Amino acid sequence: MRVMPEEILNISNLYVSVEGTEIIKGLSLTINKGEVHALMGRNGAGKSTLANALMGHPAYSIDSGEITYNGQQLEELEVFERARAGMFLSFQYPSVLPGVKVGTFLKKSIEAVSGNPIKQRDFRNQLKAAMQLLDMDRTFLSRYVNDGFSGGEKKRLEILQLVLLQPTLAMLDETDSGLDIDALKIVSKGINQVAPQAGCLVITHYQRLLEHVKADYVHVMVDGNIVKSGGPDLAHKLEEQGYDWLEAEA
Amino acid sequence: MSDEARDIVGDYRYGFHDEDKSIIRFDNGLSEQIVRDISAIKNEPEWMTDIRVKAYHHFVEREMPKWGNPEILNDIDFEAITYFLRSTDATEDDWKDVPEDIQNTFDKVGLREAENTWLGGITAQYDSEAVYHSIREDLESQGVIFLDMDSGLREHPELVKKYFGKVVPHSDNKFAALNTAVWSGGSFLYIPKGVHVEMPVQAYFRINAENMGQFERTLILADEGSSVHYIEGCTAPSYASTALHSAVVELIAMDGAKIRYSTIQNWSNNVLNLVTKRAHAMKNSTVEWIDSNIGSGLTMKYPAILLKGEGSHAEVVSVAYAGENQHQDTGAKVHHLAANTTSNIVSKSISKDGGRSTYRGLLQVTPKAHNCRSKIVCDALMLDQDSRSDTYPTMEIGNSSADLEHEASVSKVSGDQLFYLMSRGFNEQEAMGLIVNGFFDPFTRELPSDYAVEMNKLLNIKMEGSIG
Ligand SMILES: Nc1ncnc2c1ncn2[C@@H]1O[C@H](COP(=O)(O)OP(=O)(O)OP(=O)(O)O)[C@@H](O)[C@H]1O
Ligand SMILES: [Mg+2]
Repeated sequence: MRVMPEEILNISNLYVSVEGTEIIKGLSLTINKGEVHALMGRNGAGKSTLANALMGHPAYSIDSGEITYNGQQLEELEVFERARAGMFLSFQYPSVLPGVKVGTFLKKSIEAVSGNPIKQRDFRNQLKAAMQLLDMDRTFLSRYVNDGFSGGEKKRLEILQLVLLQPTLAMLDETDSGLDIDALKIVSKGINQVAPQAGCLVITHYQRLLEHVKADYVHVMVDGNIVKSGGPDLAHKLEEQGYDWLEAEA
Repeated sequence: MSDEARDIVGDYRYGFHDEDKSIIRFDNGLSEQIVRDISAIKNEPEWMTDIRVKAYHHFVEREMPKWGNPEILNDIDFEAITYFLRSTDATEDDWKDVPEDIQNTFDKVGLREAENTWLGGITAQYDSEAVYHSIREDLESQGVIFLDMDSGLREHPELVKKYFGKVVPHSDNKFAALNTAVWSGGSFLYIPKGVHVEMPVQAYFRINAENMGQFERTLILADEGSSVHYIEGCTAPSYASTALHSAVVELIAMDGAKIRYSTIQNWSNNVLNLVTKRAHAMKNSTVEWIDSNIGSGLTMKYPAILLKGEGSHAEVVSVAYAGENQHQDTGAKVHHLAANTTSNIVSKSISKDGGRSTYRGLLQVTPKAHNCRSKIVCDALMLDQDSRSDTYPTMEIGNSSADLEHEASVSKVSGDQLFYLMSRGFNEQEAMGLIVNGFFDPFTRELPSDYAVEMNKLLNIKMEGSIG
């Protein structure tokens, strides 16, 4: 007997522009619970634009198309409501928040997303477990969010948030970029922990991430649209042959 | 901000007032007779009356400052102000003896709880005079003197006579002259040699009556090798008419002493806050002004430290928040008058909803002050286009061995920062609140934790309203 897939995200014929320039051009994509979708493509193809538009960044305007999230029209939700509804974006370039301590930020964020205060003890336990999983040092907690962080540290903090917030839709924008091998494994652990209960959209340039994270689908984006979808083999082929053959095909 | 915090704090939660049940209230307006009457009603020694009268004449002749906000200053109607109001017969040392509505007021502003949990002593001033005073016995037995200033003058006239007006002479500026003429209340604090006061002592200044002028006068003497942390807080009811708060604070840190003076200024917007604060730092001593200005319509205040003794250190950490109809004209003045002296100045200001913040700083190094070090960091954060922020740093460097660092920045909250926070579940207001609290963190982390929490709540309230 086949179990009906539980649809989390459905994008159909989406057009997105930034400052009057069309970047996403008629893209469609469905993500079900428990699926990991890898999204690949050249620099400037529009991957981050897609992720930012889904999260609701005000600079990206949705010109046409439909997006439903858990059956609801996404455009009806403000950014923070999307977060509270279980959407999460791991940023390609996370912001620095001077003076805001990581520990405070994480606790408040958990409370904001869940809508409930969390007991200090529960928070401490959750945090301890997550930091252990990601092999992170406690000294992180008293630093200011992303202030003076190395590239890899920023990415780890994004994954720590992913693990703590337990989203329904996790979008990871090049979270694997700039990581050494050990860090890559750790970040993968974080993704794998969340993946079974969520839909994941993993934007990456590297096949090597997919050695640690099992992708159900690999999509290739060219000039604002998905031009090819396949399994993990597609990532291998891209790694070996680049994108030219696809563009020729398209 | 959370609903919980909102429930606790409301908008300006200190805007309430008690019925004016004063037992003596002078007619509004100022004259030599009023000045003499204030002195007479307090049974002061003649020398103090003379100081007052002299200061009064200086006040009359002295020009208004031309900096700050001359428009508002020139508009002050000194005849519309009450210069003296007595609420109770005596300064009590048991809350039970304080009239109930006044007790409740100090309850609501959180003073009584703080007194019970972690303060070494408090003075509660209500309009012109202290209505309640306490000091822990162990401090008293070590010889610490902590009194309201009127009692200080009565009980320790020799000390007061020796130091009163020596750090801030009445001729310093028009408002120092006014304060010297009509001063009432404030704190007198003396820490004997070598005594370290572990728990902070606090004064709380509450204006209650309408059109009130509050002119407290504070003198803190930390004798050799002693240390103390003094905290002041203040609030007032919201009235349509102007209230004037014009204090003078004088600190003297003797050799090796340390004074930390923290202020949480949260006047209602109808209060003009024109204050002169200055300290003398003797050999190897440290003076720290931890100064916040969140309330008032106009504040002009530039805490100063004269580093008179070799090896002395000055620290000024100040934050200002200028919201709608507020102008915070604040800063710091440090004078390096001796060799090997060091100073550190951090100033942070936020402007929002058309509010205006001004940093006015002076750093002086005299020719004989060799090998001084100073670092000044001045950051302004603008939360919208309508607000204004100006910086006027002045440096007078007379000795080339000085090692100086000066950084200044004006920044805006970036759209990406807000988006990042909102993607983590914070609405715009909460996101702004986090950014603002973070911006002020170098200040709040210097406060005792209860006050830091309080401060963050205050700021969150300020963030409400016009966003979105
Ligand atoms: N805020 C913006 N303002 C102006 N142009 C933008 C903005 N965001 C994206 N663009 C443009 O949209 C195009 C797609 O950018 P996007 O960041 O989505 O690419 P990407 O696929 O994520 O690339 P990379 O692999 O380099 O991260 C680029 O040409 C980029 O310059
Ligand atoms: Mg990108």
